[in-house]
Amino acid sequence: MNTTNLSMNSSYSALSVYVTEARLEFIRMLRMPMFAMPALIFPAMFYSLFGILMGSGKAEVSAYLLATYCIFGVMGPGLFGFGVSVAMEKDRGWLKWRRAVPALPGAYFLSKMIMALIFAFIIFVELALLAGTLGGVHLELSQWLQLMLISLLSSLPFCAMGLVIGILVNGQAAPAVVNFLYLPMAFLSGLWLPIGMLPKFLGKLAPIWPSYHSSQIALKVIGADLGAPLWQHVVYLIVFTLVMVWLAVTLWSRMKVK
Amino acid sequence: MSDLQDSKTILAKLENVSKRYGNLTALNGMNLSVKAGEVLALLGPNGAGKTTAVSLLLNLIEADSGQVSLFDQAPDELSARQRIGVMLQSAELPETLRVSELIALTQSYYPNKRALAEIYEMAGIADLLTRAYGKLSGGQQRRVQFALAICAKVEILFLDEPTVGLDIEAREAMWGSLRKLVAEGCAIVLTTHYLEEAEALADRVMVIAQGSVIAEGSVESIRSRVSLRRIRCVSALNIEVIKQWADIDSATYDGQTLVIQTQDAESVTRRLLNEDKNLQQLEIKRAGLAEAFVELTKEQAA
Repeated sequence: MNTTNLSMNSSYSALSVYVTEARLEFIRMLRMPMFAMPALIFPAMFYSLFGILMGSGKAEVSAYLLATYCIFGVMGPGLFGFGVSVAMEKDRGWLKWRRAVPALPGAYFLSKMIMALIFAFIIFVELALLAGTLGGVHLELSQWLQLMLISLLSSLPFCAMGLVIGILVNGQAAPAVVNFLYLPMAFLSGLWLPIGMLPKFLGKLAPIWPSYHSSQIALKVIGADLGAPLWQHVVYLIVFTLVMVWLAVTLWSRMKVK
Repeated sequence: MSDLQDSKTILAKLENVSKRYGNLTALNGMNLSVKAGEVLALLGPNGAGKTTAVSLLLNLIEADSGQVSLFDQAPDELSARQRIGVMLQSAELPETLRVSELIALTQSYYPNKRALAEIYEMAGIADLLTRAYGKLSGGQQRRVQFALAICAKVEILFLDEPTVGLDIEAREAMWGSLRKLVAEGCAIVLTTHYLEEAEALADRVMVIAQGSVIAEGSVESIRSRVSLRRIRCVSALNIEVIKQWADIDSATYDGQTLVIQTQDAESVTRRLLNEDKNLQQLEIKRAGLAEAFVELTKEQAA
């Protein structure tokens, strides 16, 4: 089990720090199934209900909701994986200990990011299997691959947003704060109902939300987006992510560790 | 100032450092230096500023003014922190990780790794390796935290109340390991409220009260800073009467034995012998660090 550190007694490489952190982050997640299950199960459950059962067998409804539920699904691991776990680890003294020892902050972020991407991948596979079988959705291989890539990349802005939340709020408040942002944002971005079915002024406000732009890119794959050019969505998401990362970096060093 | 060992390299220091939390002044123009290979004990009542002083050196908080340096670098430099080992008082480690995994993780941060067998032996954790950290008792967790602090060969070890929650046997074992580390040339900064711990280990003691150093020196010199001495004897004299005598600091019973603390042991002893011809088992000792410490912090508050 701990064979990795037998061979190197006075060697240091940042790479081995990164690998060890990522491996242990993964092990921790496996040993806390209660933490992981909701993120892995809810998107597939909702999709089965709203995208397949209530879509009454219309493949284009199932395809539309596949795209938006992929985005809904991958937002969760980013927001919860960073927002709740950073807030809790800050409260429990883990981050204080990490600051005193020569840990690499980058390895902490990267291992959480890898976890979010693994989760995003699993969620995508669940949704794709449901859509392709029960939902009767037929896409070209290239479309499936594009949808997968978009889903994975879309979790990144929410990792950054989750990190900012995790730094700002305490561990007890974090789940509520994340849900309070996550669920309304999903609704207002047209992830559950198409934008056209939202009240008009809410529909007009939709481009405020990052999840709107992610879902529009995903919908482009099946030709069901609202028609704004791709670059607008991409620029929005890049700027949003950079602002969040900048905020996180600024707040991180000033963060009070208990 | 009172450094007799100027020749030794200074590894870490606080120079005229102040730190406030709102209206509360935690440190007020604090000076502190850690020299190579020494054991420095920081003593002081709760809220005196010991933990604040250590937190500054450990990169946990920032000073409002003054200089904080670790190996002549800022304490947030990775290369400086790779030369220190840390055992915090309150930090919790991930509960689902096993002890061996925590050691592997911590060890990955350091260039100068200690052999695993040596860590297991020094911290007494060989039987805990496959256990999840969260399932350990308080004392076992403390030993694991110690193992993490010594998982690399470092130049300074910061230990915040290291033996709290340990039974006597485990405490003695940890002291033994600390002496071994000192023999290796490792400096140790120890905050403790077990005065016998400071007495057993420290080369130098700093007594901190209200955010500044009120006394500094060897255990011996701190002890001699106060002239308090302790007289023990078996006597038929009335303790309430003795309490009225001049220069009596306190008078109590320890079983059958009368224990008197005084600034003027000679006069008190003379009077005791005069008034009780049958007095037995007379013993006069200079007060321990505990009494010296209480005395010094009392003076400061006055």
